[in-house]
Amino acid sequence: MNFNATLIGQSITFLVFVWFCMKFVWPPIMAALEERKGKIAEGLAAADRGRHEQELAQKKATETLHEAKQQAGEIINRAEKRGSEIIDEARAEAVEEADRIKAAAAAEMEQEVNRAREALRGQVVSIATAGAGRILKRELDASANDELLKDLVARI
Amino acid sequence: MSATAPHSSEEYIKHHLTNLTYGQHADGHWGFAHGAGDLAEMGFWSINVDSMLFSIGLGVLFLWAFRKAARTATAGVPGGWQNFVEWVVEFIDDSVRGSFSGKNPLIAPLAMTIFIWVFLMNFMDLIAVDWLPSLAGLMGVGHLKIVPSTDPNITFGLSLTVFAMVLYYSVKMKGVGGFIGELTLMPFQSDNKIVQLLFMPINFLLEGVTLIAKPVSLSLRLFGNMYAGEMIFILIALMYSGGIALGAFGGLLQLGWAIFHILIITLQAFIFMTLTIVYLDMASQAHH
Repeated sequence: MNFNATLIGQSITFLVFVWFCMKFVWPPIMAALEERKGKIAEGLAAADRGRHEQELAQKKATETLHEAKQQAGEIINRAEKRGSEIIDEARAEAVEEADRIKAAAAAEMEQEVNRAREALRGQVVSIATAGAGRILKRELDASANDELLKDLVARI
Repeated sequence: MSATAPHSSEEYIKHHLTNLTYGQHADGHWGFAHGAGDLAEMGFWSINVDSMLFSIGLGVLFLWAFRKAARTATAGVPGGWQNFVEWVVEFIDDSVRGSFSGKNPLIAPLAMTIFIWVFLMNFMDLIAVDWLPSLAGLMGVGHLKIVPSTDPNITFGLSLTVFAMVLYYSVKMKGVGGFIGELTLMPFQSDNKIVQLLFMPINFLLEGVTLIAKPVSLSLRLFGNMYAGEMIFILIALMYSGGIALGAFGGLLQLGWAIFHILIITLQAFIFMTLTIVYLDMASQAHH
């Protein structure tokens, strides 16, 4: 072994290298590592938060859906009820109307019958009078037989 | 074989184990050493140009590459290189967190510098022993040792710097009195003041040896492992000049040893780093 000034040169070089490494190499790399660590932690936290939010949203969606279904059911029920009500009302009205029409028709029919009867009665009287005249071969004095005719008409 | 054309195996090995040293010759002029005699007359104030060159070059390579990743470091999706750098940084950070109990912004960058730099210096061992020295030989450079960590100057340079930091933090954390107390009042203790006074030199001797053993073992472990590994590569390389059969066997051996050596170079870099962290942790703690 042969010691010389290389020893001192190496020591100085060593110190300079360590200084450089401490000043310019180590800190930026460590800073980048720390920063990435922070970012990853942040990302994980955000993911957790997102998952939680998603769960909440899902729960809310389920609730809303449930409510909507309930509401829809109610509306349908109400609509059905109202529908049957309307039908009942319409039916009642129709029955009433039908009755009224029937009654009116019956009244009119009666009137017509009466009128016809009256007309018929008149015609019968005139036919009877004519018939009787023919039979008797002379003109009957209507006024003379008025009593008789009235009695006849009433009998028809 | 290099341009200086060593003839015997002994010369070949010696050639591969000689640094390219620059210093002042006995006659006063400055130049490269050409032998053991030159080295002796240059004394301490000479420098192993090859070790320093490769050591600084690899350190700069490490810092340049990692700085590139650090400058463009993003908290978003990392690119391939940034990914690798982050992996290394996290590995180092984990090691430091595991071994160093206090808070000191110097420790982790120091550990990373040691680990990557020592690893790169050790890695030079995997480059076939003759390639770069032969290339240098063609360019007229007589000696070239390309593995800086096989040069004790380099390993001691590292470990003594670590040792200086150990001393600095010992004094800073415990005070001068606390540090001296740690060296002299343990492990032998007594309630009797006179006996305690007698124990002091014994304690100091024991604790002093423990203290000195830290940088010495740290650098010698790395140096020894790398030097031995390099030596085995050189010996295997010698087989190539022993005919086709021996050469083929040598190739097989070199492959095996290189694969095994990948483990050693990484392990040695890791041990150097871990022990540095542990020593500094011991220095920073108030109680032994």
